[in-house]
Amino acid sequence: MKFTLGWLKEHLDTDKSLNEITDKLTALGLELEGVEDPTEKFAPFKAAHVVSADPHPDADRLRVCIVDTGSEKIQVVCGAPNAKAGMMGIFAPNGAYIPGTDMTLKKGKIRGQESNGMLVSEREMGLSDEHDGIIELPEGTAIGTPFIDIYNLNDPVIDIALTPDRPDCAGVCGIARDLAAAGMGTLKPLDSTAVKGNGDSPIGVHIDSTEQCPLFIGRLIKNIENKESPAWMQNRLKAIGLRPISALVDITNYVTHDLCRPLHVYDADLLKGDITVRLSKKGESFDALNDKTYTTDEGVTVITDDSGLLGLGGIVGGVSTGCTETTKNVFVESAYFDPYATAKTGRALQIDSDARYRFDRGVDPEFTMTGIEIATTLIMDICGTDKTDPCDVIKAGETPTWKREIDFDYAYTKKLSGMDIPEAKQKEILEGLGFTVNGHKITPPSWRPDVYLDGGKADIVEEIIRVVGYDKIEAISVRSDNAIADGAETPQITSVRLARNALAARGLNECITWSFMPRSLAAHFGQDGTADKALTLSNPISNDLDQMRPSILGNLITAASTNADKGNGDTKLFEVGPVFPSAKPDGQRTVATGLRFGALGPRHWSSESTNTARKNDIYDAKADALAALEAAGAPTATLQTAREASEYFHPGRSGVLKMGNKPLAQFGEIHPAILDDMGIKANIVGFEVFLNNIPKKKKKGPAKPLLKNSQFQPLSRDFAFIVDENVEAEAIIRAAKGAERNLITDISVFDIYQGKGVEDGKKSVAINVVIQPVKATLTDPEIEGLCKSIIDAVSSKTGAVLRG
Amino acid sequence: MTDVNKLKTELTEIVAAANDLITLESARVQALGKKGKITALMKTLGGMDPEERKTTGAALNMLKDEIAELIATQERALKKQDLEQRLATETIDVSLPIRPESKGKIHPISHTMEELTAIFSSMGFSVAEGPDIEDDWHNFTALNFPPGHPAREMHDTFYLPDDPEEQGEAAKKLLRTHTSTVQIRAMQDKGAPIKIIVMGRTYRSDYDITHTPMFHQCEGLYIDKNVNMGHLKGCLMDFVRAYFEVDNLPVQFRPSFFPFTEPSAEMDIGCSRKDGGLKIGAGEDWLEILGCGMVHPNVIKNCGLDPDEYQGFAFGMGIERIAMLKYGIPDLRTFFESDVRWLDHYGFDPLDRPNRATGS
Repeated sequence: MKFTLGWLKEHLDTDKSLNEITDKLTALGLELEGVEDPTEKFAPFKAAHVVSADPHPDADRLRVCIVDTGSEKIQVVCGAPNAKAGMMGIFAPNGAYIPGTDMTLKKGKIRGQESNGMLVSEREMGLSDEHDGIIELPEGTAIGTPFIDIYNLNDPVIDIALTPDRPDCAGVCGIARDLAAAGMGTLKPLDSTAVKGNGDSPIGVHIDSTEQCPLFIGRLIKNIENKESPAWMQNRLKAIGLRPISALVDITNYVTHDLCRPLHVYDADLLKGDITVRLSKKGESFDALNDKTYTTDEGVTVITDDSGLLGLGGIVGGVSTGCTETTKNVFVESAYFDPYATAKTGRALQIDSDARYRFDRGVDPEFTMTGIEIATTLIMDICGTDKTDPCDVIKAGETPTWKREIDFDYAYTKKLSGMDIPEAKQKEILEGLGFTVNGHKITPPSWRPDVYLDGGKADIVEEIIRVVGYDKIEAISVRSDNAIADGAETPQITSVRLARNALAARGLNECITWSFMPRSLAAHFGQDGTADKALTLSNPISNDLDQMRPSILGNLITAASTNADKGNGDTKLFEVGPVFPSAKPDGQRTVATGLRFGALGPRHWSSESTNTARKNDIYDAKADALAALEAAGAPTATLQTAREASEYFHPGRSGVLKMGNKPLAQFGEIHPAILDDMGIKANIVGFEVFLNNIPKKKKKGPAKPLLKNSQFQPLSRDFAFIVDENVEAEAIIRAAKGAERNLITDISVFDIYQGKGVEDGKKSVAINVVIQPVKATLTDPEIEGLCKSIIDAVSSKTGAVLRG
Repeated sequence: MTDVNKLKTELTEIVAAANDLITLESARVQALGKKGKITALMKTLGGMDPEERKTTGAALNMLKDEIAELIATQERALKKQDLEQRLATETIDVSLPIRPESKGKIHPISHTMEELTAIFSSMGFSVAEGPDIEDDWHNFTALNFPPGHPAREMHDTFYLPDDPEEQGEAAKKLLRTHTSTVQIRAMQDKGAPIKIIVMGRTYRSDYDITHTPMFHQCEGLYIDKNVNMGHLKGCLMDFVRAYFEVDNLPVQFRPSFFPFTEPSAEMDIGCSRKDGGLKIGAGEDWLEILGCGMVHPNVIKNCGLDPDEYQGFAFGMGIERIAMLKYGIPDLRTFFESDVRWLDHYGFDPLDRPNRATGS
């Protein structure tokens, strides 16, 4: 919302400075966006007299002028064809910033002739596109007259950010009222004398949709002349970025911005019959004044006559009845359009207009009639002729009810805000803002629809304290109830944090990727958005971001691939975040997901092969998964590795880490078909840790179980088994461990061999078993017995034969 | 005696001449061995008269000790020499780079969330969570956005298809536009008094240099019987000073509008802008940092609490924004690009986590 200081002073009698006013605006909640003070910007530019303009000795098109600036006579080289001796121009001295060309003037020489400053064109001053010559001022302009005075630009433009709850301050008058209530001056009364009409309006008005348009007031004014609006009005409109069009249109714009009272003017001679406000039928169309054609859906508030649509109520008027310079008879509309209905239509048709901006917020319903009287006065003053003849106002519908009485306890101000403000002061502030105060009963004014009945007492507190100033509220520190604050994390957040730290410590970089992914990619990860649309966004920002992700892997693969394209091939990435198997409130899952792309690291002088670096393989991914699980509190020692990982993994090179039947994690190579489809050549291994599936730790207190270290020397034995090649190592380990749970503390696999010496279809698996005697050192027969039971257990469980 | 002296000279020369350990060993055998020269001379003692035997015997024993000592000394010297020779051949290039190892980094968003948790938990707040996919009621209506209100439009909401198993506003699925939805869920769930912060993903349909369709918010809610705007001010003032690590950081509260708070405010912090850079701290300018206010009585009522009994404040801020300001990260969009160079540079050490006690 823009306005000028001069415009504000039309409503506010004040001796406050611009700075005091703009500071107060922000303090009142009318946040200052910016002030453009042309006085500063144009300070160096002044009228000057061109004493002489002689041809440049070395350039045909240039002239060497002597310019009298009032304080000195100075030489200026000028290229303008209209530069001539005796003229008055606008002179910009050295050091001046030229707004139109965005440069600062420096003293210089042009083709060998000294030149100081310049004589400027309209374009250089940012006034217009005119650049055929320099500005020529009327004769008699005094030397040294400031440019801003000549062009009437000496009015600072103030821009405020208006919150959606304040329709009243979408008019300069409302802003003045707020400032006056805050002690920044006195609000000047508004002249809204009714203009006497001469007889009934020949044009009738009817409302068929009273919910959307409860009140429509019109007035026919005959025999007017639609000329240019006066300079004062044009200057104000231009200052806030509006283009003057004609007096009638300018008056509607002016009243809209001045009083937050949108109006519309129809060329009465172009109207066909009466005006009716109704709801549209589907497919009605009209050419709007914003040079666009709109076709309505059913149920939009439209203004019509016998010819059809004239405009969209409260949003935009139509070309067919628009006022032009030939308009002789004007029909002025001042109506009340319902905020929600207007907002809905505007949103549906994507039209932003100054009228909609105000109706959306809720204009003052009581002001509808005042608005038409003020408009009539302005039209008669500006466009009136001897024969101008206003008809009586014609009205359809009723002013919507707005009065509501709020029961207010003045002590509540202190309770809510912490500020102690005397009751009398509270009342004074409210009355200053236009509230009617009757003891504990408070009625907000008609222009404040934001102060509701429901919860209105908090609204009233805000009104009082924003005028007093939020800076007067004394800050009180918030402290923990306990001397030592309790832990803040939920178990879920703790496991997320620990998993995150564990993965980063293993060398993976944490990413945060979109919660969405392309539908086509989601389909690879188990969510067919085409078949099941529940998780497909109805209004995605782009097709790349239209499906809620079923897995984070797709996004990480894309990220790793993008990194590789930038020359960073060997990446290790992870993300701990949500996936969305369902749209239900409890359907969201938190998954720690990661991948390893390419090699473990760069080729290195210490590696066995100097030509290639070791590739990341699924055991790296498995280690990542186990690290995250361990950190998040899962009992990793007892998990089982199973097949049946999700389809997006390589079927033979993937696994699931399960606790009983519950999958806690899965890992493996990404399915080559998916990588192929994504255009990725590299090998990628990844993992997913389902944090929600990890059982909550039972709280047993912080103490750890007592450490029981055996005093006896542990011993270790190696075994090599020949098994079918599809027997998995874990089966052998489990079988061996099962042989003597009390004594076997660790089993590791140290060799897998297939080839010469081992029958086809078989493999040799060598394990090392660590045995920890508990009660006494084991005797040789005991050790032998133990070894035998290990061999027997492995043989019976896996069909293994001890390798000879 | 002459023999002894002669032998001493002879053996001393032999030992001295042994310049490697093998020669020295043979010198030892020659001198001290069972068939050595000293033993041989010892054997002649039997043929001597008692007096001579006594003195020669003593001299021979002394010679034995002396030679043994000489040999030991020589041995140490030779061993040292040997070791030096071996070490000289074992020199390797110590400038070679180490085996590759990598430490990943924690994303600035996660790091900032942990910082927020640390600061607010020291004021007695605990963390609450809620779902990203929400419904119209939790995201708007319960938060006092009237149907059709322009403020709903300001949120640029992403919608999902209606849930056929639900009715009305609960059926209208959307991605939460703010974490304020968790205020509702937490109050409904836990009642009052309540003192929580909520951090998480939020979504708005906007994508340009300063907006991403997904971003993160931190929400705070403190409801009790006597929580007033003074507490709101104190809490947030203490927060920004701790978070930005600037003592006496100036703050300013301005009236603003949010449907779910009344009175509402925006909070600015002091800053100065010089040569295109931004410095947080006392300065000539203000920087908007968060929105806040006293929870609207209707919101309290919508959560099943009595607004005449309970009141309190809420606030919300963009986590990317405060992370960018604190850590000098220039571009919002880079947070979500997963560029490893960016992650390496702006990320945080997993072993150095925020902790109020250590001041980090």
